[in-house]
Parts: sequence; C-alpha cells; structure tokens
Amino acid sequence: MTRAAWHVATVAEARQETPTSRRIALDIPTWPGNEAGAHLDLRLTAEDGYQASRSYSIASSGPGTRVVLAIAEVDGGEVSPFLVHDLQVGDQIEVHGPLGAFFVWRPARDGAPGDAADSSAGADAAAMPRPVQLIAGGSGVVPLFAMASAHAAAADATPFRLLYSVRTPEDLFFADDLAALAAAPEPTRLALDVVYTRQAPAGATRAPGRLTADVLGELVWPVEREPRIFVCGPTPFVESVADWLVAAGHPASSIRTERFGGA
Amino acid sequence: MSFITRGFSGRGRDRDERLPPGQTLVEDWPVLSAGPTPEISTDEWRFEVRTEAGRKEWTWDEMQALGVEDVTVDIHCVTHWSKLGMAWRGVPLDKIFEEVETSHDYVMAHSYGGYTTNVPLDELLDGQAWIAFEADGEPLDPEHGGPARLLVPHLYFWKSAKWIRGLVTMPTDDPGFWEQNGYHLHGDPWREERYW
Ligand SMILES: Cc1cc2nc3c(=O)[nH]c(=O)nc-3n(C[C@H](O)[C@H](O)[C@H](O)COP(=O)(O)OP(=O)(O)OC[C@H]3O[C@@H](n4cnc5c(N)ncnc54)[C@H](O)[C@@H]3O)c2cc1C
Repeated sequence: MTRAAWHVATVAEARQETPTSRRIALDIPTWPGNEAGAHLDLRLTAEDGYQASRSYSIASSGPGTRVVLAIAEVDGGEVSPFLVHDLQVGDQIEVHGPLGAFFVWRPARDGAPGDAADSSAGADAAAMPRPVQLIAGGSGVVPLFAMASAHAAAADATPFRLLYSVRTPEDLFFADDLAALAAAPEPTRLALDVVYTRQAPAGATRAPGRLTADVLGELVWPVEREPRIFVCGPTPFVESVADWLVAAGHPASSIRTERFGGA
Repeated sequence: MSFITRGFSGRGRDRDERLPPGQTLVEDWPVLSAGPTPEISTDEWRFEVRTEAGRKEWTWDEMQALGVEDVTVDIHCVTHWSKLGMAWRGVPLDKIFEEVETSHDYVMAHSYGGYTTNVPLDELLDGQAWIAFEADGEPLDPEHGGPARLLVPHLYFWKSAKWIRGLVTMPTDDPGFWEQNGYHLHGDPWREERYW
C-alpha cells in the first residue's frame, strides 16, 4: 500500500445525492490512487485555528486523482452538516489517506476472480472463486459501491451480491449507478437486493421493516458457498448483521466489518 | 501548513485541554472492530503470557486474585473520538509481570477472534496498563471487548485489544493487525501517531 499522507483537495463537484446526503468529488493532484473500500480522514480548519477531523469512505477507486465521497447528514453533527450544506465547488480542504488496507477488495487481472490470494480457502481459491457478499446499511454503501464498481470495471468474474438496507426509495445512494451495475451482463452483473425499512416502493414484494436474521438469510449467499462478506454501516446495524451471520454459520474469519459510528 | 476552510467555524469553542489534537469528545461509546464480536464466558476465559522462558496461564478467578484496581482514565480512538474520565476496573499488568520474567522489550497482545497488536513492554508497566473487565461500573459488554480487554489509555485505543487472551513477548517490535494494515507502530495520541 502507498504510504498515507496529507493532501490538499479542491471540491470539483458537489451534488445532492438523497434528500439528506451529498456526493462530493474532490480533485487531489497528489493523490496516489486508492483501493476499493479504502477511506480517508478529512480535516476542516476554522479561522481561529480550531480543527475537526472525520473519516469518510471513498466511493471511487483506482489510480486517478479524483476522489468521490458521499456524506450523510447526521443531525446536530459538527462536520457532516457543513459538508452537506456549506462546502462549495472550489473550496479547499485537507485529507489524509488513503487509509484502511483491510476493508478492501482487489480485482484480479484478466477477468479472473479477484482477491484469491487473500482467501482463507488457500491455494484452491483461485480455481473455486468464493463469491463476495456486500451488506450495507445507509451510508455504509459507500465503500461497498466502490468494490462493486471496481468489480465491474475490471470485468472480474467473482460472483458479487449486495444487500442494501435503506429507509425509503429516495434514500438510496448511487441509485442509478447501482441499477446499471445490476443490469450489467454476466459475469460482472451485481445481484442487488434492497431492504426498505420505512417505506417500500410501489409494487415491492416485501413490506417495509427492519432487516431481520431471516430476511438476511434469504438474501445473502448461503454458508456452503463460503462467501467473503463485507458489512458496513452504522455500528448497531453492523453489530446485528455480523452476529446473525456468525449464528447462521458463516466463519468469523470470512466477515469483515466497517463501523461508521453513531448510536 | 493547515489553512482555513471557508465558512467552517466548528463548535469546539471551549476545547477541553485533555483532548489530544484531532480528537472530538463523545458521550456515547462507539464500537470499532474488524469483524464480528466474539462471545467468551468467564468460565472458558484464560489469559496466558508466553516468553522466551516458557508460558504461564491464569483463569478468570486467578486473574482477579492478583489484585483488582479502580482507575479513572481518558481514552482516545484513532477515528477521532475521545471519552474523558472513564471509570475502569482491572488488574494492572505490573501484577502479571511480577510473576513473569523476560529480557524482551516488546509484547504482542493476542485476542480471542485473532486480533493482535504490538506494544513496548515498558509502556505496559508502572501503572500504565490493565487487564480491564469493568467500565463505568458495569461488566464490559462483548462489543467493548468483554469479558476482558487490555487497557492502555496513553495510546490510541486500537492498542487496548478487546477480548484479550494473552501476551507474547518479542525481542523486536513487530507490527500487529492494524499496524500491518497501515496504522502507526506506536500510536501516541498526543503526537497524532495515527498512520505510518
Ligand atoms: C472508517 C469510517 C468511514 C466512514 N465513512 C463515511 C461515509 O462514507 N459517509 C458518511 O456519511 N459517514 C461516514 N463515516 C461517519 C463519519 O466519520 C462521521 O461520524 C459522520 O459524518 C458524523 O460526523 P459529524 O461531525 O457530523 O457528527 P458528530 O458531531 O461527530 O456527532 C454528532 C452526534 O451524532 C452521532 N453520530 C456520529 N456519527 C454518526 C453516524 N455515522 N450515524 C449516526 N449518528 C452518528 C454521534 O454519536 C453524536 O452523538 C465514516 C466513519 C468511519 C469511522
């Protein structure tokens, strides 16, 4: 991994992502590129020198110097409301990264299944691809979207599936991009399952409601397929999902988690 | 080298001087770990120390019998939150190393669940570190490392390994889990030793 460093970032684009979140593209000329799933630390400095730093996952990956973030407003928060409402195109901030060499997915070259070397199944893994299961709660989809995009961009043949829990249809991050990934041809097609917790779209087969262990069991690759699982979202979401996965028989070593905090 | 972010005023006006740079005070207690939470009962819990000379093991009751202390300390997570003045209960590592001899200068802490983190032995002694099993008057929840975690409050909290199961002494400082994944080998919050 490239050694992480401080960089000056300029806001290149900012647009509303959902009613309560914003997608921000940063130009970072000194950025060394990042793996899919990595995050960065973002630092804001007030006129009197007061600083606030927070971690944000990166929705983009690869060697480029344009870095995409998606930020959900946390009510009463110090940093996220500023990023969602006040930061403007042309403004500069500081970022430190890329960070997090653990919660990443690496595509393989030549369309073969990715990340075989990282697999606990050992030498056979190259021959028998372990499918990848992504599980997102709310803004936790950001690093998982980066992984799904990297998978498609590399035409990687690893079976990929995303279970995404959101409140309502309008709270979906990257809605169009995810729909495109879900419509891509095999073998890179993303199997996409969305669970709506408060309000489901017209014609939905499942009534809105919080994710349960049973629904989770229906919508993730079964234990026999030995999926590698990435779970990301608010802490209570990640805690419940990871516990259910372990209870269902998925080995803890197959499950990687990223907790965004929050109560 | 830092510069002003247009329009940002922040709200940390009365910054507590107990907060290291880049840290924000929280009242709740966030959870951060790399995988699912292991569940270990105190009956099955064991703690062992391995040195160049051999190994020694304690059960839960034997550990308590070494002498439990109350300590009030601040904790600082590398993801920018801190909690101040937390009340903890645990056995100081000084008690453990009264029963262990080593010429090694470093230890690797090992956890149930496979997590590891490296710490200089010097920084675990002289009242600087504990095997903790209570926080804020309650037994530690599994999410927070229960039944027992390492508590090294003067370093970033990833060094305070949850679900601690033992220490292995080492002649040289080798990186543990997060340290191999980009975190600083040492992790002093006052010097912002976050990442290498
Ligand atoms: C590795 C990592 C990656 C992250 N990636 C993203 C990302 O891609 N997009 C994103 O929007 N956020 C992400 N976060 C969360 C982000 O770092 C901040 O915690 C969040 O933006 C809130 O900051 P704030 O300053 O607005 O709130 P604060 O002023 O820090 O907090 C205000 C209150 O909100 C609570 N709170 C803090 N964070 C959350 C949360 N995430 N959910 C609910 N309540 C919360 C706090 O406990 C506090 O009570 C990530 C966090 C981590 C650790």
